[in-house]
Amino acid sequence: MSGEMIKGTARARVIRSGEGFRELGLLVFIAILCVAFQLRNHSFLTLANIKDLLDNTAILGILSVGMTLVLITGGIDLSIGATIALAGMTSALTGMVIPAINPLLSILEGMAVGLVIGSVIGLLVARFNILPIIATLGLMNIVRGATYIESGGAWVSSYQMSDGFKALSTGTTLGVNNLVFIALVIFVLFWYFVNHTKTGRRIYAIGSNPEAADISGIPRRRLLWLVYATMGVLAGLAGVLWVSKFASAQGDTALGYELNVIAACVLGGVSISGGSGKASGLILGVILLGMLNNALPLINVSPFWQQFIQGVVILAAVLTNVAVKRNNIRLALRKRAI
Amino acid sequence: MSERSISVDRPRSLKRFFFQWEWLLVLILIAVNVINSTLSPYYLNFGSLVGSTNSFLDMAFLVLPMTFVIILGNIDISVASTVALSAVVMAVSFNAGAPMPLAVALCLVVGTACGLFNGLIMVKFKELSSVIVTLATMIIFRGIAYVILEDQASGHFPAWYSFLAWGSVRHVPFILMVFAVCAVAFGLLLHKTSFGRKVFAMGNNLTAARYSGIKTDSVVVAVEALTGLMAGFTALFLTSRMGSTRPNVAQGYELSVIAMVVLGGVSTSGGSGRIGGPILAVFIIGYLNYGLGLVNTTANVLLIIVGSLLILSVLVLNLRFGRNRHPAPPGAKMIARGKVPEEKA
Repeated sequence: MSGEMIKGTARARVIRSGEGFRELGLLVFIAILCVAFQLRNHSFLTLANIKDLLDNTAILGILSVGMTLVLITGGIDLSIGATIALAGMTSALTGMVIPAINPLLSILEGMAVGLVIGSVIGLLVARFNILPIIATLGLMNIVRGATYIESGGAWVSSYQMSDGFKALSTGTTLGVNNLVFIALVIFVLFWYFVNHTKTGRRIYAIGSNPEAADISGIPRRRLLWLVYATMGVLAGLAGVLWVSKFASAQGDTALGYELNVIAACVLGGVSISGGSGKASGLILGVILLGMLNNALPLINVSPFWQQFIQGVVILAAVLTNVAVKRNNIRLALRKRAI
Repeated sequence: MSERSISVDRPRSLKRFFFQWEWLLVLILIAVNVINSTLSPYYLNFGSLVGSTNSFLDMAFLVLPMTFVIILGNIDISVASTVALSAVVMAVSFNAGAPMPLAVALCLVVGTACGLFNGLIMVKFKELSSVIVTLATMIIFRGIAYVILEDQASGHFPAWYSFLAWGSVRHVPFILMVFAVCAVAFGLLLHKTSFGRKVFAMGNNLTAARYSGIKTDSVVVAVEALTGLMAGFTALFLTSRMGSTRPNVAQGYELSVIAMVVLGGVSTSGGSGRIGGPILAVFIIGYLNYGLGLVNTTANVLLIIVGSLLILSVLVLNLRFGRNRHPAPPGAKMIARGKVPEEKA
């Protein structure tokens, strides 16, 4: 009995060290890329460029937090690109009608739009057992259509936005760009939530084994709703920030952006089949994707190669992940052999 | 007790015959056509009904293999990128001097190769869900298309090539005839061959299918290769309709195709569905699109309608048909409630 337990913990340790290895590997990969980029273009590792990189990656980071929660439950959310567009468009149109509106109210408005959309998705998934990919696919179409109808196909351009609204993304808090500051706060909250609260741990439980979660009395449906509602709120927030950053609200804002967000999560080691994903890995995945977006133009890679390179990196990361996991399991089994 | 017979055939009854998802789709299709004909007096005639099909049928070639993919319990979101890549390869090779028939063959070969690549990764890395594999290849295939053609358009095809999408024989569009042949072939493959039975078996229970001797890996690869081949067909007809191609063609097709298959009553959890439903869904959405175009309504309304139809159909399927679709063995439910069924001695 005791021998079994020791072997059990040994296996757990091997697997846990494997997870650590993953993040270390990602870190090493990022470091190698940094050196390579720096050798090609000496302006890569300058303070200005790093600041630029972080500014441009912050929105991706905010969204990836929500998406990670969704992925941990074993779901997926394809509607966030559309939610970004609708929330951004709504706040921009309101700002056009009432130019004196407080920018913080604009943010709240966008988050409210996101909350409504997220709640509907949560209801469909949790209450009516619709597969997340289908429910969010449907909502994606509906919300995107609503965005076009709301705007009448027109754009809201920079000159129609108040300075306060545009300052949302250019201003600084405590010496850091607002976007980066918001993303950092959200990351810290996320880290605390998933590691140190009961609800956070339960979200992992419903992802890794829904039946067991039900049996042990976890309110699975309520948590699922919570997760999709959170994703919606974050997408709404990101929508307002997006429109403020690019100073333009269009019907096709963030078209297809959901796939970038999912890619960042997958690069960060979040499993798409649910139950696993860590804040530390996620932040590395987001930075890696942000770096690829930022650095490839700097080292004169043709923009037409970017998508291909991104795809190859994602595929390589996912396949390496599987290979490492297999190796861990084989090691663990070898230790158990008599 | 000692003699138990298992009947493969379901009891036939009128109620069961009319109580099928496909009838609801037929009703929706009729409703769409009735609404369309009230919107425009020029709508309801044979020429318009049949002639309009060439505006939406190119996507329909993807719906057929996607039905197989979803019945397997997989999903393939790389199909639109495969369409773009094979169309780009065809156009570029033609403009580099290859004869058109060779370019067409190359288009189909590239499509099939993309499908094979997907299938092989899925089989070699079973831990990965098909969503993530095809998400990655979706970006890669589209990326290769951009590498080849950058942001150029490529066209100048010979005159006969436009016959594929625009030509008709006795007022029946050529594309409709090809689609009819493909639909019948896929229907037979799914419902009348052992290959089709294997697809259903794997969708219901992959492990059981493997233990009963099905070569599950080759079925997955074959279905994916078939999907790639049909993406090649879509590329042929789409390029013919547009006259030229760009790396960003067919953007978003994957989602429309999946929506049609699901609207057609194919369960996304795998193992159930019929080929007729998705085919009806193709015509419902196609005519809806065409009718909205007649009254100058923008495509945005269609987005909302398709999204709502998708969610409503799954909702109705879940509530109305869901209970009897996958009857769980009695013990399973007790275990799920925390009670272990007692073994009878």
